[in-house]
Amino acid sequence: MVTPLKEEELSKHIIISYKPNAKYAYTAGQAQSKYLLGLKEGKIYGRKCNNCGKVYVPPKMYCDECFRPTDEWVEVKDEGIVMTAVASFISWTRARLEEPEIVGVIRLLPSNDRDFVYPGIFHRICTSYEEVKNMSVIGKKVKAVWKPKEERKGSIEDIQCFKVI
Amino acid sequence: MKVNIYLNKRVAVIGAGLTLFRRRLLETPQEIAWEAARKALDEAGLELRDIDCVVIGSAPDAFDGVHMKGEYLSHGSGGIRKPVSRVFVGGATGVMTAIAGWYHVASGLCQRVLAVAEEKMSPSRPHPQAIFKYIWDPILEKPLNPNLIWIFAMEMHRYMATYGIKKEDIALVSVKNKRNALNNPYAQLGANITVEDVLKSEVLVWPVQLLDVSPVSDGAAAIVLASEDVARRYTDTPVWVEGVGWTLDNTEWPARDLAYARYVEFAARMAYKMAGIERPNKEIDVVEPYDPFDYKELHHLEALQLAKRGEAPKLLKEGVFDIDGDIPSSPSGGLLGVGNPIAAAGLMKVVSIYWQLKGTAGKMQVKKPVHTGLAQAWGDLMQAGTVIVMRN
Ligand SMILES: [Zn+2]
Repeated sequence: MVTPLKEEELSKHIIISYKPNAKYAYTAGQAQSKYLLGLKEGKIYGRKCNNCGKVYVPPKMYCDECFRPTDEWVEVKDEGIVMTAVASFISWTRARLEEPEIVGVIRLLPSNDRDFVYPGIFHRICTSYEEVKNMSVIGKKVKAVWKPKEERKGSIEDIQCFKVI
Repeated sequence: MKVNIYLNKRVAVIGAGLTLFRRRLLETPQEIAWEAARKALDEAGLELRDIDCVVIGSAPDAFDGVHMKGEYLSHGSGGIRKPVSRVFVGGATGVMTAIAGWYHVASGLCQRVLAVAEEKMSPSRPHPQAIFKYIWDPILEKPLNPNLIWIFAMEMHRYMATYGIKKEDIALVSVKNKRNALNNPYAQLGANITVEDVLKSEVLVWPVQLLDVSPVSDGAAAIVLASEDVARRYTDTPVWVEGVGWTLDNTEWPARDLAYARYVEFAARMAYKMAGIERPNKEIDVVEPYDPFDYKELHHLEALQLAKRGEAPKLLKEGVFDIDGDIPSSPSGGLLGVGNPIAAAGLMKVVSIYWQLKGTAGKMQVKKPVHTGLAQAWGDLMQAGTVIVMRN
C-alpha cells in the first residue's frame, strides 16, 4: 500500500531542496537565424518547398513531407488571422497574476482558411480579456506591432504583439 | 494511410496492477513501480524469473527530479539482468508502454513481458508547471514565458470556436469522469460535482479553469503480456491485443489547425485496420480516451471516429458516453477523476479496459456486455498519439 502525505505532514519531514543550475547557449541554425535576422528588419521570412508548395514559418531547410531540401526564401505578411487566443491568470511557475497575459496563434497571410497546415506564429495578442472571453477576437485580422527598429535584437520579442486591424 | 506491419504472434494481457493515485506519496518511484509490477505478476500467476523482457514507461524525467528514469526504475520494475527498454513520448507514454510490450511479444522476441509505467509529479517545487517550461522551443517560444496550460487553453478555445461549443457542454466531461471515479478504489479525485462548480472554479488560463484539469498525482501501473500459447497456459480469460497504432504529427503546433487531433486519427486508423474494425462507433463497446483536460476527451472521441467532428459534446449530453450509455467513455474516471501521474495514467487506461473486458472491473464495470475496448493517450506538444484495441 502507498502512503499519501498531507501538506502539513510535509513540514514534519526533512526536505532536500535542489535547484538545478543549468544554463544553455542554444544555436538557432541556418533557417531560424535568417528568420530572427528578418524580425530585426521587420520582416517575416519563410521557406518554401517547390515540390509540395508548403511554406514553412518558422522556416526549415528541409521539407518534412517530401524529405528533400526546401527551395527558396519567401516573405509572408506581418498580418494574419487569429486562430485562437487565451488569457493567462497564472505565471509559468503557477503564481497568480493580477492582469492576464493574452497570447494566441496567428495564421499568417497569404494562406487559406481551409488549410490544415499553414505559416503560423505563436505570440502575444494585444486585446482585452473581454474579447478573449466572448471569443470575438478569434477570426479577426491582426498585424504585428513591431518594437522601434533600434530596440530590435533579432528575437521573437522584436514583435511586441499582434493587434486587431 | 499505408501501414506495413508483419505480425508473428498473437498477444494477450494476462495480468495488471495499479497503485493508488495520490498527491505526494511517501514511497519512492522505484517502490511504487515495484508495487504495481508485483500486483501485475500476482494477477498473471507469474514470478519475475518467468519474465523475458521488461518495458518501462516514464514521461519527462524532470518531474520526479531523477534523470535517466529507465535505468533508475529498472530495479523496481524487475528489469535487472534482463533486456529492458524505456519508451517516452510525453503524455502518450503510458499507452506506448503497452504497445512496446506488445511488439516485443508480437515479433516473437519475448514470450512474457512486464510493462511498467511510473510518474511522481509532486516532488517538483513550487509546482510541476515550472518544469513544463522546458518542453517549449527555446528560441521561438520560451521568451514569452509560457506555462503548459497555455497550449491546451489555446487548443480548447480553437475547438470551441470552430464548432461553436460552449464551456458548460465541455464541463460535463469533468462532471461525468469525477462521478465515475467514485467507483474506482484507486482514484484520487472522485466527486459529485456540477457544471456550475466547474464554471465557478479558479480561472487558470481562460478558457481553462481549475476543475477542467486533472490533478497533480503520483502513481504507477503495470501489465503482463504473453504470447497466445503461453497465455492459454496461465488463464482461461486472456484479453487479446488486437490492434495498436502510434503516430507523431509535426511539432509546429502554431502551424496546424488545433480544432482536430489529427495525430490521434492516424494512430486510430492504424489500430482499427489491424483489428479489422470498419465502423468504430458500432464496434467499440467501451473506451478510455485520454482526458488530462475535459475538452480533450471530446477532442479525442472525435479523432477516434467515435463521434463526427464537433459532435462529441452533443452525444455526451445525450448520455452516449455515460457508464450505462452506448459507448461508455472513461468508466474508470479517467485522469480527471483518477489522477494524472503522466505515464502511469496512460497505462491505467489500458489496465481499465483490460479489467472491463475480463469482467473484473467491480463497481467500475459498465452495464452492457463488452467485447471490444479501446485505450488512447496523447502527448508532447499536441503531437504524439497512441491507441490500443483489445478484445476478450
Ligand atoms: Zn515538400
